[in-house]
Amino acid sequence: MTASAQTAVLPGRQGAVGRLSDLFWRKPGLLLFLMLTPPLLWLGIVYVGSLLALLLQSFFSIDEFSGLINYEFTLVTYGQLLQPANFDIILRTLLMAAAVTLASAAIAFPIAYYAARFAKGKWKAVFYLGIMLPLWSSYLVKVYAWKLILAKEGILTWLFAKLYLTWLLDGLLAIPVIGGNSLSISYIGTFIVFVYVWLPFMILPVQAALERVPGNLVEASGDLGADPRQTFRYVLFPLALPGIVAGSIFTFSLTMGDYIIPQIVGTSRLFIGQAVYAQQGTAGNIPLAAAFSVVPIVIMGLYLALAKRLGAFDAL
Amino acid sequence: MRSSHSQSSGFGLKLAAGLGLAFLHLPILLIFVYAFTAEEKSFQWPPPGFTAKWFAVAWNRPDIWEALTLSVKVASIATAIALVLGTLAAAAVARTRFFGREVVSLLVILPIALPGIVTGIALRSAFSMGDIPFSFWTIILGHTTFCVVVVYNNAVARFRRISGSLIEASMDLGADGLQTFRHVILPNIATALLAGGMLAFALSFDEVIVTTFTAGQQSTLPIWMLEELIRPRQRPVTNVVAMVVVIVTFLPILAAYYMTRDADQIAGSGK
Repeated sequence: MTASAQTAVLPGRQGAVGRLSDLFWRKPGLLLFLMLTPPLLWLGIVYVGSLLALLLQSFFSIDEFSGLINYEFTLVTYGQLLQPANFDIILRTLLMAAAVTLASAAIAFPIAYYAARFAKGKWKAVFYLGIMLPLWSSYLVKVYAWKLILAKEGILTWLFAKLYLTWLLDGLLAIPVIGGNSLSISYIGTFIVFVYVWLPFMILPVQAALERVPGNLVEASGDLGADPRQTFRYVLFPLALPGIVAGSIFTFSLTMGDYIIPQIVGTSRLFIGQAVYAQQGTAGNIPLAAAFSVVPIVIMGLYLALAKRLGAFDAL
Repeated sequence: MRSSHSQSSGFGLKLAAGLGLAFLHLPILLIFVYAFTAEEKSFQWPPPGFTAKWFAVAWNRPDIWEALTLSVKVASIATAIALVLGTLAAAAVARTRFFGREVVSLLVILPIALPGIVTGIALRSAFSMGDIPFSFWTIILGHTTFCVVVVYNNAVARFRRISGSLIEASMDLGADGLQTFRHVILPNIATALLAGGMLAFALSFDEVIVTTFTAGQQSTLPIWMLEELIRPRQRPVTNVVAMVVVIVTFLPILAAYYMTRDADQIAGSGK
């Protein structure tokens, strides 16, 4: 009995690797520490370090005359954000982000609902890839495709003409502010491209949320006399809301930070991303660029806090 | 009877879903048509004629090849580093509970949760503060930061599904840590890593916003495309490159899908 108990305990492993294995097995904390150090060093130093450097810059100011950075703590640069020209940029970006988010949610819902509830077997794969391929295909190529589509001589103008709807297109473009000379240099164009590019980011979380809705809830709602509209309003929509909020994190954040789409399709009036780019590049005003880029960080911080309360993170 | 009715969808829903999918795909297909257009100066539709000569023109352009090579190099190295870092973080977070675990997952996700321009300008100002000149490696630094999350998302999901007793059994049977990793852990996570790696590659290959801030004078393929978009030189050549990029990025995504299809979802959320 004692002999078998003794042999049941193996001797320690031999060799450097073996002894290390034993050490890690006895002290899992050590292994954990070694595993976490490289990624945390990278993200902590490269990423968080850079973010802090950026934050620091926003508290400096720029000398109006020499154009040099004045390394003294000041809130002047943040004050500049409230100047009408700069505040307009922030307001414009927020309005666009909100509009894009609402439109994406409206277009995404039927796709997500169909994919989650009705698509079976082969169609499930079609929907899955149908959403993943546009999501992952090149961002610039997508923007470029829309430049082709929205061009004055492009397919959309041609299509409207073929359908005898040129008057409709002209009517749209004649709307003050959001209209313009052609779709590719109007807010309508910018809006369409934003919606197109970020739509998959909305579909995926909404679909995930809808997949968790038991089918018999919808049936029960119908059995209890609700018409489809009531079922949507009182059963589906509340249950899908965390998914919509999760998707809106992406559409909102991505729209707010983008500076390429409004540069390629849109008017010459700036969005936050373009303002940051212009300030740090041609204008050489790093503090103001930093202050501008703190705006989306703060807004996203508030947004994420709100989203957490709505349960959006369980839907990711 | 109601239940059989609710199994089929209404026509309106089908139409909306179908139109939505078409909206997602038609613009990309349009690129394929434009790659063959005979019209050089504008984006005229319908194209006045079709020709394949732009493929030859694009093939003979050295600037495209340089940009392509740089993109492939950057994406390969960034993916390799991200694979190591992402797997380590995922293994730590999935297998053990420790103080600050939530912070680690937040830290990994932050680079894609914040707008790319914030990441870009943060890195740029850090480089200028530290007097680091722009180079090949500054691009890598930026790309790796946001590639980690893709690998992490894929790996963490897989690690959670591996039963801890497998590793204990391997160790009990006398394998050391390396052997356990080589013969037990790696075969279990290989497809997830491959899928994560491919997506990271696709992400890096396509990245433009962070790259504009960290690249200096070099141009990756997306930077080249952006230049062409802002100041077009030869539109049809851009069409051809766009089409090739579409095809090249579709392949890894299809492959990643088939590899993780039976396991769990590909980390799709977030770029």
